[in-house]
Order: sequence, then C-alpha cells, then structure tokens
Amino acid sequence: MAKRIDVSDLDIYYGNFKAVEGVNLSIEPRSITALIGPSGCGKSTFLRALNRMHEVIPGARVEGKVVIEGQDLYGADVDPVDVRRQIGMVFQRPNPFPTMSIYDNVAAGIRLNNKKMKKADLDDLVERSLRGANLWNEVKDRLDRPGSGLSGGQQQRLCIARAIAVEPDVLLMDEPCSALDPISTLAIEDLMAELKERFTIVIVTHNMQQAARVSEQTGFFNLNGVGQPGRLIEFNPTEKIFSNPEMKATEDYISGRFG
Amino acid sequence: MTTTSSPTTPAGRPKQRPGDRVFAGSAKGAGILILVILAGVAAFLVTESLPALTAPADEIPGGEGLIAYVAPLIFGTLLAAALAILVATPLGVAIALFITNYAPRRLAQVLGYLVDLLVAIPSIVYGFWGIYWLAPKLVPLFQWLEQHLGFIPLFAGPASATGRTMFTAGLVLAVMILPIVSAISREVFLQVPALHREAALALGATRWEMIRMAVLPYGKSGIIGGAMLGLGRALGETLAIALVLSVSGGITFNLIGTGNPSTIAANIALQFPESTGIDVNTLIASGLALFVITLAVNVLARWVVNRRADFSGAN
Ligand SMILES: Nc1ncnc2c1ncn2[C@@H]1O[C@H](COP(=O)(O)OP(=O)(O)OP(=O)(O)O)[C@@H](O)[C@H]1O
Ligand SMILES: [Mg+2]
Repeated sequence: MAKRIDVSDLDIYYGNFKAVEGVNLSIEPRSITALIGPSGCGKSTFLRALNRMHEVIPGARVEGKVVIEGQDLYGADVDPVDVRRQIGMVFQRPNPFPTMSIYDNVAAGIRLNNKKMKKADLDDLVERSLRGANLWNEVKDRLDRPGSGLSGGQQQRLCIARAIAVEPDVLLMDEPCSALDPISTLAIEDLMAELKERFTIVIVTHNMQQAARVSEQTGFFNLNGVGQPGRLIEFNPTEKIFSNPEMKATEDYISGRFG
Repeated sequence: MTTTSSPTTPAGRPKQRPGDRVFAGSAKGAGILILVILAGVAAFLVTESLPALTAPADEIPGGEGLIAYVAPLIFGTLLAAALAILVATPLGVAIALFITNYAPRRLAQVLGYLVDLLVAIPSIVYGFWGIYWLAPKLVPLFQWLEQHLGFIPLFAGPASATGRTMFTAGLVLAVMILPIVSAISREVFLQVPALHREAALALGATRWEMIRMAVLPYGKSGIIGGAMLGLGRALGETLAIALVLSVSGGITFNLIGTGNPSTIAANIALQFPESTGIDVNTLIASGLALFVITLAVNVLARWVVNRRADFSGAN
C-alpha cells in the first residue's frame, strides 16, 4: 500500500554538524517525487532520514517530525526495524551482498520478513523482481553465482530487485541510475512509472531530464556555503519547477547557471 | 596516438621499471627463503628420526615400537587442541562481535586493547594459572559430571582428585588462544564495509540479522584463519600442557580421569633433558609427526577457505 509522507521542521545532524535544516514538505501516495540539488547539499542525508537509516551512523540524529500515513516515524514506540521493512531503499553505490548468490540477494529481504515461503513461490517472486528490475534475461542462467560478479549497472539493478521484492510501501532511491547506461536507465524509469501505481517513490537524481520525465513533484535543495546546512529551497510540481520556478536559485540551477 | 609516448618497447613487451624489478626480486627472495627454511626443518626432522623409524621395537622407549609410543601422543595432541578450538572459537567470535557491534565505542576500545595485551602473556603464566587456580576449582565439577553424566564416555571418570586432566588442559589452551582468535576476528569484522551492513539494515534486519547476513559471512575466512592460528599455537603448546596435565595413560576419551595421554610438544619438553641415543631420535620422530599434523591442518583450512572463494566478499 502506498503511503503519504509529511515532513515538518526537520533538522538533520552528524554529531554537531547540522547537515540539513528546516525541511517542510508533503509527499502524496502513488507519486514520484524527485530531489535535485548540487553535490553535498544533503539530498542523501534527507532521504536516509525518511527510513531511519540516518541514525545508523554514530552520532547522527534528527530533530523535527516525519509522519507516514499519520504515524510519527520517530515516535518513542516506533521500532526502526519495522520502519525499514516498510520503506525500502536503493543506495547511491550498488551494494549487493558479496557473500550471497544473485538469487539469495533478491530473496534476502523476503527471508527476513517471512521465513516460511514455498520454494516455488519464492522462485516466482525472485523472477518477478528481477524482471521488474530489467535484469532477468542477463542473470537467469547464473542465479547461483555471486552478486558481486556482476557489472556495476547490473549490481545496481540487482539492488533494485532486492528492494522491490519485499513490496515496500515507500521506495527511496538515491541516484539509482548514476551507474547505468541509457537503455537500463529508461528501463528503470519505466519500472518506476509502473511501481508508482503501488508505491510512493522518492528519487534523488542529478539528471534534470530524468527528474522532468518521471516525477510529479520536485524538491530543490541548496546550501549557502561550505559548512552551512542544506535547505529545501523550493518544492513544487515538476512542471512548474522546470518551466516557471518560484525561486531565482532554482532557475539558475536547472538552467546550468549555478555557482 | 604516437608511438614515442607508448610505454611498450619495440618488441611489444612492457617496459621494466627498476622499482618493480627490485620489489619483485625481494618478494621472490623472501618466498624462496621461507621454502628453504621449511625444507631444512623437514630434512632435519626426517634424517634425525630415521634411526627411530628403522630401530627394532624393543629399543624404542616403552618397548613396543615407535607407533605404540607416538600414537597416544598424537591422540593427546589432537584431543587437547580440538577441545581448545571448540571452546575458543565460538567464544572468541562472540567477544569480537561484542566489541565491534554491541559495545559502546569507549568500552570497545578498552576491551580491544585488553585482548591485544592478553596475546602477549607467556604460556608459562597460563600454565601456573591452570595448575594453581583452575585445576582445584574444577574438581567439584568433575565429580558432578562423573555422577550425573558418567554414562557419556567423555565423563566416565573416576574423577581426578587434583583436577590436572585433559579437560583442564583443554580449557587452559582455550584461554591461551582465545585472544588470538578474537583479535583476528575483530580485525575482519571491522573490515566489513558499511555499505554491506547498511544493505542489511535497510532491508529491515535487526542487529543480529545484520550480523548473520553481512558480518559473519564476510568475516568467515578471517574467523577460520584466526582459529587456525590458534590451533597452531594449541598443537605446539609445550609449557602450559607440561605443567597442567598429569600424564600416565594411553589413548582415552575420558576427559576428567587420572590417566591422560600427553601431547607431543609437552612430552618432548619433559623427556628431552634425560634422553640419549635412540630415545632422542624417537622424540624427534614424534616432532616430525607434529610437523605433518600442523601442515595437514593448514592445508585443510586453506581448502575450506578457498572452496567458496567467489563468495568471500573479497572481490
Ligand atoms: N557520515 C557522515 N558523517 C559526517 N558528515 C557527513 C556524512 N555523510 C554526509 N555528511 C555531510 O553531510 C552533507 C550532506 O551530504 P549528502 O551525502 O547528504 O549530500 P548529497 O546531496 O547526497 O550529495 P551528492 O549529490 O554528492 O550525493 C555534506 O556536507 C557531507 O559532507
Ligand atoms: Mg548523495
């Protein structure tokens, strides 16, 4: 089930360093939201705060509110493990488990959630997920080989397959296509269009065309200078951002007149 | 593309840089040196044990031939080392996991430092600890084991009154090699890339599930390596065993009784000062057996590690 996300006054810290400041936004269910902005402005940091992966880093913490379908993500009684089972994530750098086969990589999340699944059902699900990530044809004859033996782009699609195999409510993708060729990129974009019927998707991308192609809403992050926290400068429908942005900084960034 | 800037010589072979050549040469030299030393040791052992291998049975100490003399020693060596490794590996891995994944950072640093210190304690200290502290403390346990689990051959008894049994020796060895096993496991657990841990956590793994999915498989060859180093030390340990173990018997699985087989290294240490002639050759022959055992254990470990090298995470 797709879920809506409401973020209010979110500050994100690494120890004493405030990396992101004062984010307010709402993400609709069954939609794709793109986050753009220059390197180091806190896009990945913000994304990781949405599934409580941020706090895995020693000393990292957040202040403010993230509410998913009415439930406070950072509430005292919320188990981060449950949060991460509902909110899947694809990382900026591909990270399949090197000690597992391709098959086991895809099945890893399912085995965590639901230990007793029939072999035939699991086979089906693995195939469906790999097809979904446009990887099936390349790996169907070597499912028992290690995932680390794939090319970088194949590894990233394997990670996408692993993330969608568990049918999360929300899928967070951090530059999922940065290591992919144009054909796989298009395949992933088609996949996202398909997945948004069921999931809420948030994607970080450096590719403006991609943001314009796939997303309904776009958020532009920026930072005033080195050592300053990143801020959400503008959050608007993608069409508006790319045709008639409210903020001067947004216009400069997307038209390449940045810095 | 111009040919003048090409790094290859006209013959098409890559240009040799002096630095590379010096390094390759010294690395090769070091490798050959190890082989030469090893071959030298092996040759010494073989030539010096030949008289014992060919001597008539009644000239060997014990009077029943070399095999009858060495077999209990080999058995004792393997049993003590197996006990030690069985106890030390899970414990060492658990300590390493606690230090790397559970302990707060300050505590982890202190603990890691302590473990490293333990590696440096000389084995005679462990021996004295075993004989004066551990052995008497274990006597009541042995009596309890004999009474309640006596039907298991391992605990058949009669329980030793001094506590200087194979059980105690195995435990002392385990404590001795525990720091090695956990220090090496800790090093490999620290090497697990954050990316892999995060991959597991992002799927909704608990900390323990993350350890099972990412940390242990990645660290497996390191754990085996650490266990093998520990096993090497346990197989060759001399003083601690010589002090702790009260030796009299032949081959027996009874861990808590009075009649224990000795180990090769401890036996050599105890007998060598009073030996002459063929007795020395016999001891050296038992040393050859230890050499072969150690080699076999290492080959086996290498094989286990390499069997699934593709999946080791090293690529
Ligand atoms: N583990 C960390 N510890 C401390 N500071 C960090 C850590 N990770 C990121 N930062 C800092 O937080 C800020 C935001 O980083 P973040 O990775 O979120 O940027 P980003 O927008 O994703 O950049 P990119 O587009 O290059 O991926 C940067 O100043 C970065 O140096
Ligand atoms: Mg990033």
